[in-house]
This record gives sequence, structure tokens and C-alpha cells, in this order.
Amino acid sequence: MTSASSNSLDHRISLRQRLALRGIDGVTLLVLPAVLFLLAVFIYPFIYGLILSFKPKEGGTFANYRTFFSDPFLYDTILTTLWLAVPVTIISIAIALPVAFRVRLMTHQRLLTTILVLPVTLGTVLVAEGLLNYLGPQGWFSRTLMLLGMIDRPVKLTNNYWGVFSSLIITGFPFTFLLTLSYVSGVDPALEQAAATHGAGSWQRFRHVMLPLLVPGLAIAFCLSFVQAFAVFPSAVLLGAPAGPTRVISIAAYQAAFEQYDYSMASAIAMIMAVVQLLIVVAVLGIRNMFYRGSTAGGKG
Amino acid sequence: MLLASSPFHEIRLDRLSRAFGAHNALKDVSLNIRKGEFIALLGPSGCGKSTALNCIAGLLSTTGGGIFIDDKRIDTLKPEDRGFGMVFQNYALFPHMTVRQNIGFGLKMRKVAKAEIEKRVEEALNLVRLQGQGHKLPGQLSGGQQQRVAIARAIVIEPPLVLMDEPLSNLDAKLRLEMRAEIRRIHNQLGATTVYVTHDQDEALSLADRVVVLRDGEIRQVGKPSDLYERPDHLDVAEFMGYRNRLTGKVIAKDGDRMSVAVGNATLTGTARASLKVGDTAVIAARADDVVAGTRSDQAVEAVVETIEYRGREFVGTARTPQGLELVFHAPQTAELGSAIWLTIDPARALAFAA
Amino acid sequence: MIRDTTIGAKLWITAVWVVVAFFVINLLAMIATVIMSSFATRWLGTWLPAGWTTNWYFTAWSEFQLSDVLIVTFQIAFTVVALSGLLGVTAAYALARRDFPGKKLVMLLFLLPLLVPPITFGIPLATVLYQAGVGGTFWGVVLANLVPTVPFVILVMIPFIEQIDPKIEAAARVFGAGTFQLFVHVLLPMLLPGILAALLLVLVRTVAMFELTFLTAGPTSQTLVVALYYSVFAAGVRAVQSIDAMAVVYMVTTLIWLLIALRFVNPTQIVARAKQQQTTA
Repeated sequence: MTSASSNSLDHRISLRQRLALRGIDGVTLLVLPAVLFLLAVFIYPFIYGLILSFKPKEGGTFANYRTFFSDPFLYDTILTTLWLAVPVTIISIAIALPVAFRVRLMTHQRLLTTILVLPVTLGTVLVAEGLLNYLGPQGWFSRTLMLLGMIDRPVKLTNNYWGVFSSLIITGFPFTFLLTLSYVSGVDPALEQAAATHGAGSWQRFRHVMLPLLVPGLAIAFCLSFVQAFAVFPSAVLLGAPAGPTRVISIAAYQAAFEQYDYSMASAIAMIMAVVQLLIVVAVLGIRNMFYRGSTAGGKG
Repeated sequence: MLLASSPFHEIRLDRLSRAFGAHNALKDVSLNIRKGEFIALLGPSGCGKSTALNCIAGLLSTTGGGIFIDDKRIDTLKPEDRGFGMVFQNYALFPHMTVRQNIGFGLKMRKVAKAEIEKRVEEALNLVRLQGQGHKLPGQLSGGQQQRVAIARAIVIEPPLVLMDEPLSNLDAKLRLEMRAEIRRIHNQLGATTVYVTHDQDEALSLADRVVVLRDGEIRQVGKPSDLYERPDHLDVAEFMGYRNRLTGKVIAKDGDRMSVAVGNATLTGTARASLKVGDTAVIAARADDVVAGTRSDQAVEAVVETIEYRGREFVGTARTPQGLELVFHAPQTAELGSAIWLTIDPARALAFAA
Repeated sequence: MIRDTTIGAKLWITAVWVVVAFFVINLLAMIATVIMSSFATRWLGTWLPAGWTTNWYFTAWSEFQLSDVLIVTFQIAFTVVALSGLLGVTAAYALARRDFPGKKLVMLLFLLPLLVPPITFGIPLATVLYQAGVGGTFWGVVLANLVPTVPFVILVMIPFIEQIDPKIEAAARVFGAGTFQLFVHVLLPMLLPGILAALLLVLVRTVAMFELTFLTAGPTSQTLVVALYYSVFAAGVRAVQSIDAMAVVYMVTTLIWLLIALRFVNPTQIVARAKQQQTTA
């Protein structure tokens, strides 16, 4: 185009401009590599696993699922896992909430939060290894209790339910606490002060002001903590009794995949695992929806 | 700094349009900007003035029309290829660069030699009177100083066109006046072609060679500040220029462009700004300065005082006519609230529009 | 803040602190056990070890081929850091700057890998990777680890990018910066603290990520934490102290990066980012 004829000035809105008006241009395309990557290594394997679970080594389409739900050695793993994950989550939340209420008043939270972030980043394997020594029959824990005269012979806390339970608390509580703390600090202190000036005592303030505001956050914290605990794996092997009382569902899935090389069965177990997690999450979020959802930042928020 | 030597004669907006979905933010705006001219785009918020500026800068694509420097079409170029300078409302200084690096940014992008950049940045610092502040970060400067950096950054590249997007709106009243004078001084010194967006008529009138009044995405009037101030073409432009008093009545006599309009029992006279004939409904518009409390006469409107304020040399008040219209007036002495007064309107300064 | 001074309130506060202290003491004692054991000549049935030595570190170093494992660990971790930075920052930029149809769906896609525990998606993912022939290799481990880290970088970076005024980018453009120059001279320096924090956390997460690496690693692509698992799993073959020495090496490796990361971010961010995004989504 050498000169701009009046035709070229006409109101022709190009496709590029129409897309740009809807927010799609070169910049938007930057999201594509990450999206494609996750479709390939996250969504695709999930769908692949789902389909694979319906193509068992032998038997009909649902053979894997039928096997799982007819063999107590397999279906009991769900109960075993829930029996670990649910108490751990409830106890973590029940302790995290009052502690978070105290910690939010502290000006120097950083040291405590840093100590608590340790087990989250050290991971389950190290915690399991440490607890094997510490909670073992000759470990400091039992020794201290004996010294205090609370017991007369070492308590058995490893290679059973309690070993896994402790390790889940050690790695799970800090996670739950830091989540809860971020919710509790997010509530505008002026709301509590306002309640106090209207004559609400500390229990009333908690019951009628803070708790309703916190329920949505606590529900999320519950879901995330539960999902982490439900996926317990290394500590159930190292600290528990992986053949018996702490044979959790991820052990069953792992054994199917890497000991029996039955990827179809392993995928079926992984899908069952996902469904159980999903059911609990949906149930908790469903309860959450019956409460107030919105800003906790006070009037200005 | 030889901006005046940039080899072009005019910048032309040719039926420039921009639509956001079904909403036309800018409709067929045509304007010729001569080299060295200071143009103000004036209008209320949402009138399309910022859209126009962003289209010229290339930050928004147009949906119709073109922008030309002489015969070269530039609206198809990316913003970085247009070579304009721009001053943003919130300054948009790079927070991680020193004042010197901020000013030199455009030159660096143009791959100017280091020594040359240093020399020109120093000149620009002197021009905006920020000698000795070059090593600071923008966060260490006051609002006025940041604005000076933003101006220096825009002019140091000697652009064919400097765009200014409400550059004074973030400053307090005193600083705003001071920076207005600075912008005027710098423009006089460099003669940079400038398009200046504002919603403040004082700013537009005091700075610009020509003012473009926009409303609903369309140009309402283009003219010298004095033309706009004294002879607005439309009632809405008049309103924007401070003609706050409007009285509606019938044209009863006509002498050239002098219209006599009957408003209630009074006969008001004004200069016609529309073609009016005897019997038409007309609006007499007048500024508060030209409505004065005086004695009862055929040319005076009766009204009841509602507020009165002392303004130093005189009083300014509002009063309501029997028809329920509110008028703003000046008075040499105070008046009793609720008392009736007679307001005369300077016939030489009043304007008559079609209703 | 309101403070109660009644007896009940004081008892309640004391109880809360006792619980916290109990937890912290047990946690620190557990870590101390591991460290002490790694320096112990012999530690059986006593409060403290019989004697002190640093020999276990040399034993562990040769027995577990720690130098190889460490090299592999850092090769994997830094590759994951680089790739998740590249994929994550670009995607975060698009998500912070544009609203487009389907954006909520894309956000959900980035949230899921953080909400679903690794072992759940790791098993089908490992199956696919083994089918594709990358299972058990270096790249298999890298790919698996990228699944949670790319979304993590995205969710950490979005608020960082959102707080940068788009007018500053507009200014850079107007003054002649092309896309590359805009990135190098303006965006990168302004985003650097955020990118650094996000990538350090990715490093910590990758070094500490057990499940995904465990499911996808082969003999030559094991990271430190997987090697640690195997050595604990096969305990009895090796001396406990030697395993503990390895655990200390692992702990130090993670902690160094964690401490650096904590200079840039608040500890609550390490767990709370995903949830903040989630409540607004």
C-alpha cells in the first residue's frame, strides 16, 4: 500500500482486532505452552489411566473394580486410610484453630512459623526416618515418659498405627496450621472489636463473629489437609505395618503397579482413590456453602 | 535540542474511530496538527479523549480511519516504532531505574551512543530543573519532581509528537499551577508538537494553541482558546466553558445577530450562536461573572437569594427564579438570604442558543 | 486487640501454648535424634551415644554413592527450576494481563495438580511415562516433577505481575522497547524478587518431592530423598548411623535452600498460595 486510499480507511474490523477485544492476542498465547504441557502430562495420563482401568488384564470392563470391592484385602484399604486421614485432619484443625488465634496476636510470628514450616519442606521420608529413632523402644520419647514415671516399659509407637499417625500429625499439622493462620489473620480485627463494644464476650465473639467468617476457610483447610493425609505413602511403609493395620490405599496401588506390574489394576485403584478424595471434598464444600461466603476484611474489603 | 527541525509539516488524524464491541468510544475524529502546535483534547470523562491519545500512541488499535505524518501512514505501526514521547497520568516511571536511566531509556532503545545519551540526559535534567537529582530512584522524589522526570523522558528523544495524558491530575492545586507554567515554558523553549489530554478547561485554555472539545467520542468544536471561551458553537461546549446560567425564553426581536429573548417578565439580550428567528425558543447562556445583582429594570430577572459567599473583593451567590431556575451571580455587597434581588445579564457577553 | 484477664482465659492460653511447646519440642527432638545418631559411634539403650565420630558421613558417602546421587538431585532440581520458571512465568504473565473466555477453566487446570496429591496422579502418570519410554530416566523424573511446580510458579507469580502497573509497560513500548527489550530491561528486573522466591520454593519442593520421583525414577535418576527411602526401607543391611548421616545430608540440602527462600517469602505463603488463589477463583 503506497498511499492510503479512502477504501483502506473504511470500518473493517479485522479478525485480529475482534479477538483482541475478547482478550485474545499475542500475550494471551503465552499461556499456551503451560496449558499444553499440563494437558499432556496431567490430564492425558488421568484419562489414560481411567480408560486403562476399564481394560483389565483379564475379565470384563469392570473386572478391576469388581475385584477391588470383593477382596477385603483391597477394599479394606479405603477404611484403613480413612481411619488415619480423618482423625489426623480433625485433630490438626482442632489444634490449629486456637493456636492460630493466639499466634495472630504475636508480633514475632516468624520464628514459630519458620519452625513449623520445617516438617513441610523436609517431607515425609525424613520425618519417618527421624521418628523411627525418636519414637522407637529405645528412643527419647519413651525414655522421657519412663523417667517421668508415666509408664514402666517403652510404649510401642513404631511399626503400627500410631507411628503413621504421629508422622501424619508432624507433617500435617504445620500445613493445616499455616493455612488456618492465613485465614485467621485475614479477618479484620475491627470486626471482633466491634463485637466487643456491642457487649459480646470472648466465647460469643468466637461463636457469632469469627467462626461464621472462618468456616469457608476452614473447610478449604480441611479439604487440603485431608487430601494430603489420604495420600499417605512413605510413612505408612516405613513407620507402619504395611502388610496389616496401615496397609493404606496408596500401598495397594503401588504394589499393583510396581510389584505385580498390573498397570490396569493400579490405575483402577488410583481412580478409586481420586473418587474417595473427591467425595469427601465435595461433601465438605457442600457443607461450606451453607455458610457465609465473602469478604472477611470488614467494610472496606 | 532542535525539535523544530524534525522533517515533517503536519500530523493528520483522518476519520479516526475506535469501537469497543458495540460501544463507539471514538467516532470519525479528523484533525490536522501543525508542527509545533500545542493541541488540548478537552472533555468530560468518558468523552473519548484518552482513547484518542492511546490510539495515537499505538497503545490501542484503531477500528477505523488512519493517522498520518505528512503522507506516511503510522497507525499500522507498533507503539515502539512510532517514535513518540508520552507523559502518563501516574507518571509510569520505571521504579527500578534511576532518574538518569529513566530519562535515557528511550535513547538507549534507539541505540544512541553512551556519551551522547549522557549529554542529552544532562541537558534534559537542566531543562526540567532537576540538576543533581539524576542518581535518585523515582520513589525518592516528590510528585512534582516525578512529573518533571516523566516530561524529561518524553522530550529527550526529540519526538515528532509529545503526548500528555492528564499529566497534572495527580498533583495538588498549588503544584498543578506551577507545573502548568513549567509545561508552557518548556513548550515555548522547544516548540515540540504536543497533544495534551485534560478534563480541566483552565488547563486547556491556558496551555493550548488550539483546543479540541470532545463529547461522546465526537469532536464538538475546535478552536483557539479565546474562540471557545467567547464563542462556543454549542450549548454543551458553552456549559463546559463556564456558561453556567441558562435561561429559556422566546425570541421577540432580532437585530443582526443580537437577539432579544423574553424570559418571564424580563427581556434579555445576547449574541446569537445559532440561526434563530423571531418566535423561536432560545436559551440565553451567561457566565457567573456576567450576572450581576443590580436594580429593578426591564432587563433584569427577579430571583430569591439561596446562598451567598464572601470571595474577597465581592460576593458570589446563587438565587432561584420564579420558574425554578438556579442562577449563579456576583454582587458588590452581601444580600439577605431569602430576599428578592434583580439580576442583570451583560448583553455584550451573553449568548443565545437554539433550545 | 482484646485481651482477656479472667482465670479461664489464662488457663486456656496456657493450654494452647503447652500444646505448641509439646509439638515443637518433639519436632526438634526428633531432628536432634537424627543428627546425634549420625555422629554416634554406638547408641543403644542409653540417653546419649557412647562416643562421637564423623566416620558415618564418609561411610554413607561411599556406601550410598552420595556424590552421584547429589549430582543427579541437583541436575534434576535445576532443570525443573529452569523449565517451570520458563513455562510458569510466561503463563502467569498472560493470566495476569488478559481476561479471555475460558480463563476460569485454565485456572482450574493449574489448580488441580496442586490440590490432587502426587501419589494419586503419579501412578497413572508413571504408567504413561513408562509406556512412552521415558519412565525411569532423567527426563521422566523432570517431567513428573514439573506437573506440580509449573502451576505453583504460575500461582505465585500472578499477584506479583498484577501489582506492576501496565502503564509502565506501555511507557516502555512508547519509548521504543520491543518485546524482547521490554522483557529484559523492564519486566525482568521488576519481577526478579518474585521469580527468585518462586524458583527457590520450586527447588525446595523438588528436592523434597518423594512420591513423583519415587514412581518415575530408575537406578540412575534417583534423587536424594528416594535414595534415603530405599536405605531406610532396607534398614538392617546398613548401620542406622550411616542412614542417619544420609538423612542429615538430605536435611542440610533442603534447609539451605529453604533458609534462602525464607528471606524472600513469608512461611505461610509456602502452603497458602494455592488456597488464596482458590478462594478467589
